[in-house]
Amino acid sequence: MSDYVTLREPYAARRQQSDADFLGMYVFLATEAMLFGALMCLTFMYRAEHPQASALAARQMQLWIGAANTGILLTSSLFVALGVQAAREGGRRMTAGMLGAAMALGVLFLALKGAEYGLDYKDGLMPVVGHPSPVREGPAGLFIDLYFIATALHALHMAIGLAVLGTTAALVLRGAKQLPQQAVVVEMSGLYWHFVDVVWVFLFPLFYLARG
Amino acid sequence: MSRQTLTLVGVWAALMALLAITVGATFGPFGAWKPAINLAVAFCKAGLIFWVFMHLREQRGVARVIALAFLLWLSILMGLTLADVLSR
Amino acid sequence: MNAPPLQTREERVSYLGAGHSLRSWLLTTDHKRIAILYLVAITIFFAIAAVGAALIRLQLMSPAGEILSHEGYNRAFTLHGVVMVWFFLIPSIPNTFGNFLIPLMIGAKDLAFPRLNLASWYIFVIGGIVTLYALIAGGVDTGWTFYTPLSTMFANGHVLAVITGITIAGFSSILTGLNFIVTVHKLRAPGMTWGRLPLFVWSHYATSVILVLATPVLAMTLVLLGAERALHLGVFDPTIGGDPLLFQHLFWFYSHPAVYIMILPAMGVVSELVTAGARKRVFGYWFVACASLAIAGVGFLVWGHHMFVSGQSPYAGAIFSFLSLAVAVPSAVKVYNWTATLYKGEVVLDPPLLYGMAFVGLFTIGGLSGLMLALLAIDEHVHDTYFVVAHFHYIMVGGAVSGFLGAAHFWWPKITGRMYPLVWGRISAGLIFLGFNLTFFPQYLLGYLGMPRRYPTYPPQFQALNVLSSAGASVLFVAYVLPLAYFTWSLRNGRAAGPNPWDASGLEWTTPSPPPKHNFDETPVVDRPAYDYPLTRAAPDE
Repeated sequence: MSDYVTLREPYAARRQQSDADFLGMYVFLATEAMLFGALMCLTFMYRAEHPQASALAARQMQLWIGAANTGILLTSSLFVALGVQAAREGGRRMTAGMLGAAMALGVLFLALKGAEYGLDYKDGLMPVVGHPSPVREGPAGLFIDLYFIATALHALHMAIGLAVLGTTAALVLRGAKQLPQQAVVVEMSGLYWHFVDVVWVFLFPLFYLARG
Repeated sequence: MSRQTLTLVGVWAALMALLAITVGATFGPFGAWKPAINLAVAFCKAGLIFWVFMHLREQRGVARVIALAFLLWLSILMGLTLADVLSR
Repeated sequence: MNAPPLQTREERVSYLGAGHSLRSWLLTTDHKRIAILYLVAITIFFAIAAVGAALIRLQLMSPAGEILSHEGYNRAFTLHGVVMVWFFLIPSIPNTFGNFLIPLMIGAKDLAFPRLNLASWYIFVIGGIVTLYALIAGGVDTGWTFYTPLSTMFANGHVLAVITGITIAGFSSILTGLNFIVTVHKLRAPGMTWGRLPLFVWSHYATSVILVLATPVLAMTLVLLGAERALHLGVFDPTIGGDPLLFQHLFWFYSHPAVYIMILPAMGVVSELVTAGARKRVFGYWFVACASLAIAGVGFLVWGHHMFVSGQSPYAGAIFSFLSLAVAVPSAVKVYNWTATLYKGEVVLDPPLLYGMAFVGLFTIGGLSGLMLALLAIDEHVHDTYFVVAHFHYIMVGGAVSGFLGAAHFWWPKITGRMYPLVWGRISAGLIFLGFNLTFFPQYLLGYLGMPRRYPTYPPQFQALNVLSSAGASVLFVAYVLPLAYFTWSLRNGRAAGPNPWDASGLEWTTPSPPPKHNFDETPVVDRPAYDYPLTRAAPDE
């Protein structure tokens, strides 16, 4: 029986290679954490400098869409975790199925986000376009700007995450990646998705729940 | 359901409960405590996701340190910047 | 004596001989070739940034300054700063010598992610092209620090293009750091414990931690700057409640650790140069190794010393001042340990050691002025004067560039298989030392006397010192061209170097010069400590 795991240059052992892959992914996620973390710190500073304006701005946001999206994303993480478990057990279809379910929820998240942006536009919250509402004056407008930057950047990462999950699911389903020998590919994709979820877990209270 | 699946679903249930708590707390009479509660809940959720979903509980020390080191660095950024912002 | 052949037998079987097409270079995943790709790129960027420096020094030869307009002067020093910092200093040692040597030093065949390594070079080049386009199309006048609200609301010029180029190049940094960290954790040869790693590797590990944790914050800062400038999202706009100081906090949270990205690799080089030059084990190995980590760690705690007069609270200023004094301690530990390593060593004054000693002296002077600047009371007066300019040039040019050139003079024979004429190496080291001090020491005096930085004109009483500085700069330019000349000459005419021309300790010296594509014929097994002097194995014939 041939070993489906190809050892890449310069590795000498499978364990060494998969350890390196994990470490590499954690280091990469650390960089993403610093990226979003910097934005979150900035937002936190503004909440500290302008508490009332931030609360006012937060009250304009669509709390229930945000909460629903949080629930959706947490559930998608469950499916990804189940997918990784299936990958470790060698179940090709189960893995692809779980990843597919997670992706469906991810698409739902983005759809709701789009609808939410539509509502924000109607309320005059969007920068640059639309008729600005009086809420956008001063520090409240600043808080709203940060909300858009943060959620847009997060949505971009979600889109990347969807592409990653989709590619992984396709590779697994086609047999290009053998399970469970190459489950590490599913694990890596899973780590990325979970991380994007963690970012949202912090963005949600930072913005939506600042309403005071 | 296998034991692992049960664990995963259990974690999911805990995450949803925490979500309910954090949204509920926003409407409750907690006043100045709300940001602290929300932050604490966020850390709990993130912790569960890291520990169980991201398999950090299976990893060795080095990987755990690398996975969580960013927390220290973000605290440095926050802490020292706050030292300026709050004392101006 | 017969002239050396155009391509020696060693070169033919080495990584240099493994494919001659452009494709084999541009699609390589060999860390050694990628190192050379980086070397070419950063040399070009150094030359471009040097043009900026030349314009500055020409302008400052006379008090009324007739070479450039005021706006032109702003763009010249911005070009100089931006290109030097992000496109020369940050990648210089890690992406050339780090890339080339780390796998060799730890006994590995390549870095952990070779394709990511190549990707990071392409990302770097793309970032460079975008930035260069912007700078040549007219440039930017904000200084390399892009302070708001000047950069967001009032600056003319291609701010968006330049910060886009820098952000792109930043991703290259991040990927390099990621690669190095995983490589050092996972690819050490059997027996190569952490305690046997060359200090060069420790320094690069510490540098990589900074690269990975600090650079994303810069990326976010520049994104916010761009959003404000392009979309008028007033993140730092004081008229709507924004806080320009928060820009500075975020910017310096990256940019102060960035200076440690620029100096730590050079310190790692110096550890190698001094031990090889004195043929002696380093004094206090663990102190030096941990000092690298301490510099990286504490370096994240001091950024507010760039903001003492910005409006930052005096309370925060005092904290940052104290921490800035603390960060000098591990650097000092290194200087003491290198000096102690030289003591009673079998010192041979070959060019690598000369550059290493230049580093120690010039870095110490720069570091002492850094201690002065760390003190709130002094910085109050010399902030934004030439005192600061002199300080960081002593560290960056006297230190980091000396380290870079020292590395070049030490590992050139390993990289190319050819030796350069040592006499010329010594001459260039001396000329650089002389030219450097002539350029930058007067700037300490100028700053202390009150001459501000980033000004295109100055009061006439400062002219003498400025002329001295500009004269020194012209010596420096000649001195930098010299190594370019004899290194190029050596590629065809230098004698074959052999595996270990310096008789130095380290795994990289156990493999042929230039190394074969896979570095080692057999994976080395390490059972001796680092800096294993006196070497117990027979010296190779030269």
